[in-house]
Amino acid sequence: MQIDILFITLMLLSSAAFFIGRQRASKIVQGQIQSLHSLPSFYGFFAAIWSGLPAILLLAAWVVFEPAIITNIVIANLPEHITSLGQSHVNLVVNDIHNLTLGNLTATEPSAEIIAAADQYKSLQATSHMLLTIISLLLVFGFGLVSVRKIHPQLRARNVVEQVIKVFLFLCACIAILSTLGIVMSVLFESIRFFKMIPIDDFLFGLTWSPQTAMREDQVGSSGAFGAIPLFTGTLLISFIAMMVAVPVGLMSAIYLSEYASTKVRGIAKPLLEVLAGIPTVVYGFFAALTVAPLLRGAGISLGLDIASESALAAGLVMGIMIIPLVSSLSDDVINAVPQAMRDGAYGLGATKSETIRKVIFPAALPGIVGGILLAVSRALGETMIVVMAAGLAANLTANPLDAVTTVTVQIVTLLTGDQEFDSAKTLAAFALGLVLFVITLLLNVIALRVVRKYREQYE
Amino acid sequence: MNNQQADTAPRRAIDVINAGMDRRKRSEKRFQLLGKLSIALAIGFLAMLLGSIVSKGYSAFQQTYVKLDVHLDAAKIDAENLNKGNYSGVIKESLRNMFPDVSGRREKIKLYSLVSQSAAYQLQAKVIEEPGLIGQTISIWVPADDEVDVFFKGHINRDIAEEDRRIKDNQIRWIDHFIEQNRIEKRFNTTFFNAGDSRNPESAGIWGAVVGSFYTLMVTLLLSFPVGVASAIYLEEFAPKNKFIDFIEVNINNLAAVPSIIFGLLGLAIFINFFGLPRSASFVGGLVLTLMTLPTIIISSRAALKSVPPSIKQAALGVGASPMQAIFYHVLPLAMPGILTGTILGMAQALGESAPLLMIGMVAFIVDIPAGIFDPSTVLPVQIFLWADSPERAFLERTSGAIMVLLGFLVLMNMVAVILRKQFERRW
Repeated sequence: MQIDILFITLMLLSSAAFFIGRQRASKIVQGQIQSLHSLPSFYGFFAAIWSGLPAILLLAAWVVFEPAIITNIVIANLPEHITSLGQSHVNLVVNDIHNLTLGNLTATEPSAEIIAAADQYKSLQATSHMLLTIISLLLVFGFGLVSVRKIHPQLRARNVVEQVIKVFLFLCACIAILSTLGIVMSVLFESIRFFKMIPIDDFLFGLTWSPQTAMREDQVGSSGAFGAIPLFTGTLLISFIAMMVAVPVGLMSAIYLSEYASTKVRGIAKPLLEVLAGIPTVVYGFFAALTVAPLLRGAGISLGLDIASESALAAGLVMGIMIIPLVSSLSDDVINAVPQAMRDGAYGLGATKSETIRKVIFPAALPGIVGGILLAVSRALGETMIVVMAAGLAANLTANPLDAVTTVTVQIVTLLTGDQEFDSAKTLAAFALGLVLFVITLLLNVIALRVVRKYREQYE
Repeated sequence: MNNQQADTAPRRAIDVINAGMDRRKRSEKRFQLLGKLSIALAIGFLAMLLGSIVSKGYSAFQQTYVKLDVHLDAAKIDAENLNKGNYSGVIKESLRNMFPDVSGRREKIKLYSLVSQSAAYQLQAKVIEEPGLIGQTISIWVPADDEVDVFFKGHINRDIAEEDRRIKDNQIRWIDHFIEQNRIEKRFNTTFFNAGDSRNPESAGIWGAVVGSFYTLMVTLLLSFPVGVASAIYLEEFAPKNKFIDFIEVNINNLAAVPSIIFGLLGLAIFINFFGLPRSASFVGGLVLTLMTLPTIIISSRAALKSVPPSIKQAALGVGASPMQAIFYHVLPLAMPGILTGTILGMAQALGESAPLLMIGMVAFIVDIPAGIFDPSTVLPVQIFLWADSPERAFLERTSGAIMVLLGFLVLMNMVAVILRKQFERRW
């Protein structure tokens, strides 16, 4: 039976168990449901869970492990002259076998052994599916029967069902941990492989970045240098320009909106700022590359400046626009958290509104604002689409905002789109860059969240 | 007398204050002006962004068509084998008939390039539908080539030097001839809305990307909504206070701020390399976006659950409901509008996301409309990214057009969220 049909069958059987269980519960007490421990539907769920859950868990485990086990059996049965050719060759053969079983075209004309192996794979798969169908149906009927049999008025069906639901809720909450773990593992393992090829200090402190590794000895322009300093400086340069735009504009907008603006102005301006936050980054990237960059270049020519068409300035400027709403909404929260009594105190001493803001509210809100800015910096460092579309690919070590620079995220994208080979330093370098990016943004986030929380506790 | 006193007495505090008053009031004005300026700047940026997109993109919704009189020569199109007919030859012949003075290979190529390559397919489809047309001469409107399209829409100035534009003088002469005979006109660009990607701008459309986005978002929604709400319920209502739960919460808060491209690395290393899921599939895209939007959904669902007053739950407990029943039958329904609002906003965020999808191969050039979640597909933002890289002038307007469609979807989703909030929001 097909896996998906089997799954649907199991679900249907399990729902049938629900109705049978509920029916049986009411029947056992001749309709006097007040003498049951739980509501009849809980007995239904009890039967459904018992009959469905084991089979579904088995099905899931089977689907995950089956291909690997069958592949191993098939490899073990391959003739000596194929297996002796080394791991990478066996992988190619296995790929061919998989393609053959799926009915796809193979890279090379398959040999008789491979066709035989593919046939074996198919027959093993058929046997395995047959086995799975039988076992899971047995499980459904077996457990279903036992659970329906177990139903009697004193059975604490509700407690059992609720416990199962609670475990499910807990497992869902744990997915957050799993995805952090997944991120750490995926970037860490590939990075370790990378650092085995390229020493870590060459990577972190090297001054040239040119990830083309030579395929031949005498190839030109493929030095394979993995010094990431130019990428870090490029990222910092663009983020710095972005913050120079976002922090003053965002902060002043927040101050104006929360302290000066009438309700009407706030009602219009705030949603408009949120619109700025909701625009996809690819749109900003398009805007940066096709509107802002030519504009800057034109302005540069008329001023006698030579601005690169993929200048850091254009990317940074547009990234700054993107981050304005983040800075302004975070500062807005912080400013509103400053107690009214502090404002009243300052007004009572005769301070003007702007003096109150600059000398009382701003210092009081400063830790929170700094926390917000740190979050914005981490957002800028990790921003991808704007820089991929508007910043360059050349890893220039420069602090001139009119030059083209490249960033960590741009390099990750260029290294990982297109054909990949997972044992070349070039591909693995992307994961090492990802690791650096992850660690830095994580640190910034942890610090920022802690600062903001401390600050809130101070006034609550 | 008072004046005398003022002259001799030491300056009073009020005088000092009054003396500085003008300066202070000026600085107050300056500060306010700075605030107004910042807001104006931010809104100005928004207006500039939208303005530049709309001004570039509105013309993408129209496509230039040319009317040709084609003679469906039975010698070129075999009535027995309609799929193999020489349709492009028929079209070329009709162009030659229209301009008999055109001679020479290069000029002929220029002439043929006035109409789109897709014209032949369109003719073929028409003939297959009505085989009786063979042997007759029919008038048919076919899409013009993208350069002609751009020129006809007025984006190319005919005064610039011939070598600086892709459309040449003789082509302009022919187009003028079309205009005189009313053989060229702009129509609503249906291709843009119902075709997949193409290398030819005039036959490229966003439908493939829209369908890909739809599948990806469906996978994301079906996974992230139940899991997100379940986690929020657990953390808000059942979680004991201990180190492990604190750890989960720290994780959720941090994941919300992890750069999206890192999720792409996770998808590539775990889903594709480790689990061997297919590249470019919207299923994998949905998985990656699920992990990315989960924190958003969890955080907003928790806020919604928290905003339901505890008295509701206590009342349910008081009449004998179990904690689970109190939450699922009373707290959760009341929190639902807030949870749905948060989910829609999370989905809007996922719809606009492209960086992680580049990592898992959804950036491939895909012509076919995906038919399922395991088919290779792309999504709307990635399609925009791909088109933005294309050098053709006609792709520029199509990129902007696709952005307008994407923004339209986002506005729609946000509006639903706002309405939901307005309609069902309760103040306790």
